[in-house]
Amino acid sequence: MGLTLAEKILLAHTDAEEIQPGEIVMVACDLVMANDISGSVAFREMARMGVTRVFDRSKVLMVADHFMPAKDVKSAELQRILKDWSGEQGVKFYDQGRGGIEHAVMVEDGWVVPGDVVAGGDSHTCTHGALGAFATGLGSTDIAACLAFGEFWQSVPGTIKVDFSGEKQPFVSGKDLILAVIAQIGVGGGTNHVLEFVGDGAAALSIDERLAVANLAVEAGSETGIFPADEVTREYLDGRATRDWVPQRSDPDARFARELDIELGSLGPLIAMPHSPGNVVSLDDAKGIPIDQAYIGNCSNGTMTDLRQAAQVFEGRKVHDRCRVIIVPASVKIYREALAEGLVDTFLEAGAIVSTPTCGACFGGGMGVLAAGEKAVATTNRNFKGRMGSPEAEVHLANSWVAAAAAVAGEIVDPAEVLGSVVA
Amino acid sequence: MSEVRVFEGRAIVIDQNNVDTDVLYPGAFLNIPDPELMKNHLFEGLDPTLRDQLVGDTVLVVGENFGMGSSREHVPQAMKAAGIQCVVGKSFARIFERNCVNLGLMIMTAPQAAGAANPGDMVRIDARASTVQVGDATFDARPLPAFMLEMIELGGLVPWARRRVAS
Repeated sequence: MGLTLAEKILLAHTDAEEIQPGEIVMVACDLVMANDISGSVAFREMARMGVTRVFDRSKVLMVADHFMPAKDVKSAELQRILKDWSGEQGVKFYDQGRGGIEHAVMVEDGWVVPGDVVAGGDSHTCTHGALGAFATGLGSTDIAACLAFGEFWQSVPGTIKVDFSGEKQPFVSGKDLILAVIAQIGVGGGTNHVLEFVGDGAAALSIDERLAVANLAVEAGSETGIFPADEVTREYLDGRATRDWVPQRSDPDARFARELDIELGSLGPLIAMPHSPGNVVSLDDAKGIPIDQAYIGNCSNGTMTDLRQAAQVFEGRKVHDRCRVIIVPASVKIYREALAEGLVDTFLEAGAIVSTPTCGACFGGGMGVLAAGEKAVATTNRNFKGRMGSPEAEVHLANSWVAAAAAVAGEIVDPAEVLGSVVA
Repeated sequence: MSEVRVFEGRAIVIDQNNVDTDVLYPGAFLNIPDPELMKNHLFEGLDPTLRDQLVGDTVLVVGENFGMGSSREHVPQAMKAAGIQCVVGKSFARIFERNCVNLGLMIMTAPQAAGAANPGDMVRIDARASTVQVGDATFDARPLPAFMLEMIELGGLVPWARRRVAS
C-alpha cells in the first residue's frame, strides 16, 4: 500500500518503520515557532517540565505579531518576555518592525522547506503547507514540549485529496478555492485529516495563492493543508531557503479517506457570511450588504498579490463615505514592496489607511476593531461572532478584489462592476 | 503506573454544534497569562451567565466539533482553573482536544451521553471502562487511546515531560 504525502513526511520524522492513520506517534520538528500570545505560556510550561534550554536553537523562532505594537501594558509585557527569553536562549526573534506576521515572515525568509515538520503556537501554522510541509498549529503546552524535546505527539491523520481542475475565472483567487472546499466538507469535515491539494488548477497557483488556500485548512478542522512541492515552489525558494529538499508526492496507490473534485471553470467569487467560515454563499447572494469597514490583509491574504488586486480596484477611485478601509501588508518586506510599486499611495489617495503588519483586528486584538451593529468585509480567515470586536458586529470573508470593491461601493458588489465604471 | 482518577461533577450544558474558541474566550483577553484571571472571561462571547454555574466540581457537556478555531490554550486553562473536571461531547476540534489532554483535563467523546445530559445532572466518567454515567443511565464513550488516557491520568504533558526528564 502506498503512502500519502503527509504519511511520508510523518514517517520520515518518527522512529517507526510504518504508520497507520489513528496511531499515535512522536513526531520530530524541523521548526518550532511561537508568538507574543502563545510564547509566554509555553516558556512557563517548559520551565515546569524541568527543562532550561531549547532542544536546538537553530530550529526555533519567535515573532511578536499579535498585540503588536503593544496595545496596553499587559501586551507590552508579553512582548518583553518574548524578547528576553529569545535572547537568553539565543533563538531568532522578530521584534516590532523587523519581520511582520509570523507565517508571512517564515515563508519569505526561507525558514520552511518542503518535507519539513513545522510546529507553531498558532492555528494558522497550516499556512506552510503551501510549501509542501506538514505544518500544524499547537497549544502552548505542546509548544513547550517541542521547545524542550523537539517533538510532539500526533495521531496519524488520514488524507482528503482535493483535486482542483481547470482555470480560475476572473476575480477568483485562492480564497475562493478554499472557501469552496469548506463549503463542501464543513467546518468539522477535515478533523483528524490533512487536505492535499492536487490537479492542474492547484499546480497553476502561485505561492501567494497557495498560502491563501493552505491558511484556511484549519477552518475545515484539518491538521494542515498541503501542496506537493513543484517547480513553482522551487522557483520561490531559490535564493530564500538554504536547506536542501526533494519534491515528494503521494504514491499512486496511496489510500485517501475522501476525494473532492472542484472544477474551477464554474467557480465564482464566494463570501463566507457571519458567523462561520463554513457559511459560504456566492457573491451574487451577498450583493447589496452595506459595509462599514473593509479589512484587507493578514496571514492569509496580505501578500503582494492581494495588495495588487486591491490597488487595481482603488486606483483612481475613492472609498465610499460610509466605509473605512484598513490595509495590512503581511510583512515589512511586502510593505516596502508595495511602497516601491506605488500601491501605498494608491491606497492613501483612495482614503484607506495602511497599517503596520500585525494580527491586530483580525483576532479582535486592536488596531481597528468593530463597533456593535457594524458590518465588515475582511480577507481574513475567521468571522466567528465577536472575532473582530463587538459580538454584535458581522464579518464577511472574501477575496481582496471583492473586499476593495465593497469599500468603493459601500456595499458588497461584483468587482467587475466597479472596475467597469469610469475612473474619476 | 499512574493513579486511577475519578472524574465527576454537575453538568453544564452547551447544546450547540461548532462552538468556536473565540466565543469561549475572546481574543481581546489573550494578553492574560494567569489561568486564575483567565477564568473570569470563560464563555464571555457565548453566554457569560454560564459562569454562574461554575460552582464546585462540574462537567461541561457539549455538541459536535466543540472548540473549533484557534490554538489558544486559554480556553482549557480557564476551564481547569474554574473547576471543570471533564468535557463530554459529541465530537471535538483537534487542537482543543489535544490542549485538554496536555493539561490533564479529561475529555470524552460520548455522543449519546452528551445528548442525554441536562443542566445540573450528576455526570461520572469512567475513562478506563469508556463509559459516561448521566444520572442513573450509563452510556458508552469512544475509548481514549492508551497514550492519551495515560497522559490525562498523569496530569498532562508537564508531568509526562518531567517523568521523561527524570528517566
